[in-house]
Amino acid sequence: MTTAAAIPPAVVIEKLRKTFGALVAVDGLDLTIGRGEVFGLLGPNGSGKTTTIRMLCGLITPTAGRATVVGFDTSTQSEIVRTKIGYMSQRYGLYDDLTVYENLRFYATVYGLRGNARTDRLEKHMTEIGLTSRRDQLAGTLSGGWKQRLALACATAHEPEMLFLDEPTAGVDPAARRAFWKSIYELSARGTTILVTTHYMDEAERCQRLAFLSRGHLIGLGTVQEILEQFHKPTIEDVFIELQARDEGAAA
Amino acid sequence: MSAFSFGVRMREWRFWPMLWKEFIQMRRDRITFAMILLLPAIQLALFGYAIQTDVRHLKTVVLDESRTPESRALVTVIANTGNFDVIAQVSNRDAIREGIESGEVTAALVIPPDYARDIVRGRTATAQMIVDAADPQSSAAAISGAQLAAQARSTQLLGERFRLVVPIEMRVRPWYNPSQRSATFIVPGVIGILLTITLTLITSTAIVRERERGTLEQLIVTPIGKASLMLGKLVPFVLVGYVQMTVVMVLGKLLFGIPIRGSLPLLYVLTVPFIVASLGVGLLISTVARSQAQAMQLSFFFMLPNILLSGYIFPRMAMPLPAQWIGLALPLTYFLKVLRGVLLKGIGIDQLWRPTASMTLIAVLLLVVSVRRFTKTIE
Repeated sequence: MTTAAAIPPAVVIEKLRKTFGALVAVDGLDLTIGRGEVFGLLGPNGSGKTTTIRMLCGLITPTAGRATVVGFDTSTQSEIVRTKIGYMSQRYGLYDDLTVYENLRFYATVYGLRGNARTDRLEKHMTEIGLTSRRDQLAGTLSGGWKQRLALACATAHEPEMLFLDEPTAGVDPAARRAFWKSIYELSARGTTILVTTHYMDEAERCQRLAFLSRGHLIGLGTVQEILEQFHKPTIEDVFIELQARDEGAAA
Repeated sequence: MSAFSFGVRMREWRFWPMLWKEFIQMRRDRITFAMILLLPAIQLALFGYAIQTDVRHLKTVVLDESRTPESRALVTVIANTGNFDVIAQVSNRDAIREGIESGEVTAALVIPPDYARDIVRGRTATAQMIVDAADPQSSAAAISGAQLAAQARSTQLLGERFRLVVPIEMRVRPWYNPSQRSATFIVPGVIGILLTITLTLITSTAIVRERERGTLEQLIVTPIGKASLMLGKLVPFVLVGYVQMTVVMVLGKLLFGIPIRGSLPLLYVLTVPFIVASLGVGLLISTVARSQAQAMQLSFFFMLPNILLSGYIFPRMAMPLPAQWIGLALPLTYFLKVLRGVLLKGIGIDQLWRPTASMTLIAVLLLVVSVRRFTKTIE
């Protein structure tokens, strides 16, 4: 417990709010994520998942409230935050006209890796994700699953303390998804905190803790077991459908 | 590793990976690469060879009803101006009409039967030059050429008749472009047009591509910083622009004999405000356009007034005032003065400070507005 007191939590969100004109995307969110957790953010489309992740990464500025990531304020210390986090969106952010190795090398260099340290790190990553044989292939010619692996490798080339994954497995086949989650657990085992949003319920069940968002509010929080008990449902999918129905009822 | 040492190290690696990446992409993107390499050549060929505002060698027929040494002397004088190529003699006016209507003939010289008689009797002899003036640009040379030829012939005849010395002779000296060739005027402008294309069209599409692909978002979450991101994106195109400029000057000298009378280092320095202004426009377009196609359309929309109103081809002095005012807002208008001033006239900053100052003012304004807008869009 003493170490927990010394090291700040991976994410602390306090009364976070974001509005786009009249639309309230995130409405007074409070949430704390511990170090090394694999944390899932769930909710129907438009519930505020992506907006929350984008605020934590410093892509957009909160309207009100504050958030810290690995102990640094996302608004006032965003430059430091950016050196400590990795981010992978469903669009992957790869350069189609660069090769596998060039993409990795580019992102590693942007994150400050140089010389032998960079070469060693890249070789290690290439081997880990099994892309060595495709080293000189253009990223645009990779299949969805391989693109996803490369994107993950690019987002983690600098070995970030915190990794944000925004619907990382959208449009990828089941085998690739399984391999992807294996990598996620490996990162987690090394101490990386992971925040992931997803639509796939089997993926939600792989997370250690879950948060359900609905219309910008936090409406459920806990381990998979706790959530099931809270909502008296046999599976997470049932919880999700129940919440979505409640959402639509509230909207009507 | 402390935050401080990280900050110091950041400075070293901020900008170079962007540059490295940008050049690899430029080389791989065939269309962009072709545009960068071929555009100077195509523009030179198009604008250097094709655009000839000085119309010469009009196809001319002659209807000589006088058939005398005097009338034949007039035909020779007209032909010697170089503006008219006598391609045939015709025997009636219907043939002239047919020729002009079919487009085979652009001008016709009609010498009436009493032409020689009038000259001998000391009366004013008349001859007629019929010109297809549907295109005023090409007929202007014919009209003035015919008038000049008649005057020259009149003076000659007067001198012979009265043994007089011509009282006034105007000796025109066309400075800077003595042979009056369009290419000399146009080719320096090609540099300005090329830089505008590279720095607005290619740059704005390159930025919009990053936004479309989601890589811009990915870059923003890295510690690269907004300034390095922008510089890394813009500097490669500045280098490309300078290379294109050099290529056009070398080709212009070899192919068209364009003079380089002034200081080249000065020209390269005075190009900076123009480059900054054009990049500002490119950046601005990238913040407005939602797709690469839109960026391209907006760039072409911007190119049009540049080609028409800057004085690149058409003289600004001939334009109505509102068109001249629009031209004053275009950086190219001032850059053309700098280009022609340095290359053709060999003048220096003491004579070019006015266009340079105007250009710099526009550049600063555009840069401030576009950087502010761009910074907002990546937040």
